[in-house]
Amino acid sequence: MSYDALIIGAGHNGLVAACYLARAGMKVCVVEKNDWIGGAAVSRELFPGFTYSNCSYVSSLFRPEIMRDLELPRHGLQILPYEGGAVLTRNGGYLAMFRDHDANRREFARHSPRDAEAYDRYSRDILRFCRFIRPMLMRTPPDPSRFRPRDLSELAFLGRQIGALSEGQIAAMVRFWTMSIADFLDEYFENPVIKAYLAVSAIIGTALGPMSPGSAYVLLHHYMGDVDGNVGAWGFARGGMGAITQALSKSLAAAGGEIRAGQGVDQVLVEGGRAVGVVLANGDEIRARRVISNMDVKRTFLGHVAEKDLPGDFVKRVRAFKTRGSSGKLNIALDAAPVFPALPEGSPMLKGDLHFTDSMERMERAYDDWKDGQFSRDPFQDAMIPTMIDPTMTPPGKHFMSCFVQYAPPKIAGRDWTDADRDAFRDTCLNQIEAYAPGFKNKVLHVEVRTPRELEAEVGLTEGNIFQGELTFDQLLFNRPVPGYADYRSPIRDLWICGSSTHPGGGVMGAPGRNAAAEILRDAKLGTRGMRDAYPVL
Amino acid sequence: MTDLTHWRRPLRQTPFHPRTAALNRLNLWGPWGGYTTALAFDDVAMEHTAIRNAASVYDLCPMVKYRIRGVQAAEYLNRLTLRNAGNLPVGSVHYTAWTDDAGKLLDDGTLFRHGPEDFLICCQERHLPWLLDSAAGFDVAITEVTEDIAALSLQGPCSASVLRAAGFAIDGLKPFRMANFRFAGGTLTISRTGFTGDLGYELWTSPDLALPLWDHLFEVGAPWGIRAIGTEALDLARIEAGFIIANMDFVPASQAVREDRARSPFEMGLDWMIDWQKGHFTGRRALLAEREAGSKWALVGLDIEGNTPATGALIYTGKGREAGFVTAACWSPATKRNLALAQVGRRYLTGPLQVEVYALRELQYARLMLAAEVVPRPFFAPDRRRATPPGDF
Repeated sequence: MSYDALIIGAGHNGLVAACYLARAGMKVCVVEKNDWIGGAAVSRELFPGFTYSNCSYVSSLFRPEIMRDLELPRHGLQILPYEGGAVLTRNGGYLAMFRDHDANRREFARHSPRDAEAYDRYSRDILRFCRFIRPMLMRTPPDPSRFRPRDLSELAFLGRQIGALSEGQIAAMVRFWTMSIADFLDEYFENPVIKAYLAVSAIIGTALGPMSPGSAYVLLHHYMGDVDGNVGAWGFARGGMGAITQALSKSLAAAGGEIRAGQGVDQVLVEGGRAVGVVLANGDEIRARRVISNMDVKRTFLGHVAEKDLPGDFVKRVRAFKTRGSSGKLNIALDAAPVFPALPEGSPMLKGDLHFTDSMERMERAYDDWKDGQFSRDPFQDAMIPTMIDPTMTPPGKHFMSCFVQYAPPKIAGRDWTDADRDAFRDTCLNQIEAYAPGFKNKVLHVEVRTPRELEAEVGLTEGNIFQGELTFDQLLFNRPVPGYADYRSPIRDLWICGSSTHPGGGVMGAPGRNAAAEILRDAKLGTRGMRDAYPVL
Repeated sequence: MTDLTHWRRPLRQTPFHPRTAALNRLNLWGPWGGYTTALAFDDVAMEHTAIRNAASVYDLCPMVKYRIRGVQAAEYLNRLTLRNAGNLPVGSVHYTAWTDDAGKLLDDGTLFRHGPEDFLICCQERHLPWLLDSAAGFDVAITEVTEDIAALSLQGPCSASVLRAAGFAIDGLKPFRMANFRFAGGTLTISRTGFTGDLGYELWTSPDLALPLWDHLFEVGAPWGIRAIGTEALDLARIEAGFIIANMDFVPASQAVREDRARSPFEMGLDWMIDWQKGHFTGRRALLAEREAGSKWALVGLDIEGNTPATGALIYTGKGREAGFVTAACWSPATKRNLALAQVGRRYLTGPLQVEVYALRELQYARLMLAAEVVPRPFFAPDRRRATPPGDF
């Protein structure tokens, strides 16, 4: 029994790649070490009647072209835009965000009349950067050191993109890619709470503080998606983020692909310099014409390929690829909706993201703890209650609350996390929420706590880095994951990588899986007819 | 509604809302600058007729207003705007515009000089950060006062008669002059300004006097057929007058996501405003260069064959090459012409132009290629708009 393509890991990118390959006529098998599928786009019921979004928790980046190509709506995928959001401030107030432009301006004006009118120019500038980067998401980066026709044409494409910009825009763009979000926001805004709210997207999942150079790009990475054309908007997947991978698995089944859950890979089989299959942890062998790893680049090459089969320089580069984990997560089953006395009754703020960090300085101090090898004593939390919008995840009247937490280091002062550390981390986060929502803790029925330790052990993310590698400029485009290997290939023939370690990076985007499939299909001379190009940016 | 619950009604109501709501038989509303505003009250054609035949009242409150005060206010405005604000006499108004450093338009608007050191800018878009940043080095105070002022536009050949009947002595008021009057225990400022190209006035007071003012005007104005008008009727009148609006006829440079959308004063027909002699002003260097090198675009008035409005149409040369686009269009009741405002590439202005119109007729579009002639603006400019004292109609 041999497959045309064997994919290691049933995360969203592995499944996207599998779907495209199966639809092109390949015989495809996905092996997954866990008994469930989904990778970090997963929804599990860990407390009776409650479905969690256990890792990733909101959707915006997932490319609509992929949803359409793979008919995911037909297989049950629904994305629900969400409303509102708020930063609760230590003085008992708040700053809210609204979808309505005028409501948002009035809300900003409560904090700073100047900032209220500065927001439009800020939005314009961010949108300009988004428009520049979006056409690159669904293309293989060129290798600037080689002169293959495709590299030349992709370089020319990049050149045309840059050439369409004015000198001033090129300068603005280069500054933005390399500067800190704090410096960037200081150029537009004066109010600390407004800046704290807007800085959030620049630190999510990132081992940088708001004052670290490079953090501004991370913000863009979180703004370049859309919900049904509303660029920068975010939404929930109905039924939790696992609904995305569930829809992908159904699409794969419809295309004749196969998933084997509970079958972890021990080693990629390499014979004569080619990948020819895998050996499972249980000792079984599966042979395939090609092997595609959805694992991150470190786990793939340092954990499941014999080092002797790889060039030394490559291994060195892979080791140097930064995958520092920075975040943790609390998934909370609630007996009833939390009450935040600061927020007006009936406000839409609970139907969006809630934050408790009211200045960039506090965020930066939270990052200082991470640098010291500690989880933040005053953490930043991105808290969401998807069940305010999605009725499917809990019994009526009950709620699921997802709290993304920064910062949590991969190791505590150089040693592994212990259960006691994890419990202390949990209590720190719950206490922070309790301070803004008295009685909150009494409503907690169950908490799933995930530190980088759990993220690595369960999802397989090295050091718990949610992007399978940091999104800093040195690790983007043709430098992601390793210079010379940005085309989803590896030094071993027929061993491919398709996860977020590759261009264009992390988030539940699907683009790495799609781009890898495109390269594989071209390599196999099957063509990419079933794959549409990125929608044009008009 | 408190400060904290503003989001329950994201579109605010103007101080005149109780009256406009009662009159709005069609219940046709649209958002403008964060306010609920009437698009039409009962019949757009009748409302337009009121502008050209009688007296019309339009709620102007959503216009964005900034007060500029200080010993260097005139100096500051000279630096900020294209025209010479220092030459603007106290009690006068002028139509002006301002650009960014690259000489691209940020907005146009009216500048009112209430005192030697006291100005009011009235415009379509919001500019507080730009105004504040531009004030570096000037002794001025800038405040956004949109919500502190209630404003009505009273336009039409009978508008002066209505004001006289209301007890305001406006006979000596020349175009672009203003005067203060006592009204209901407060102050009413009347400026001879407007956006219709007709005889007309704009009335400015405090929000608490809004309803008494409205009631007074409608009471004394009844014999002249005073009528509330919505934005649709005003839009017809302003096209006839050839006036432009930010974000309808040009994209303000501060909002242009696509860099090529920004336009200069030359390109929007506003270069006549530029005072090259007054010293440095923002955008001057770029505009000087553009004056030398030439501009890419021109805003033009078009007279189009037939009677189908060319709203949103693309413009082609006689040979079918894309030459520009229509920004506003209507069949003009006052001039009996098919009019449009359009942005056209300057190099195409010498040859014949045609517009591509999709006319919806019973669910199907008829595609028309209509010849268009570049004609001067304003399209409609009756003598009565300037006559002082104004005619007694």
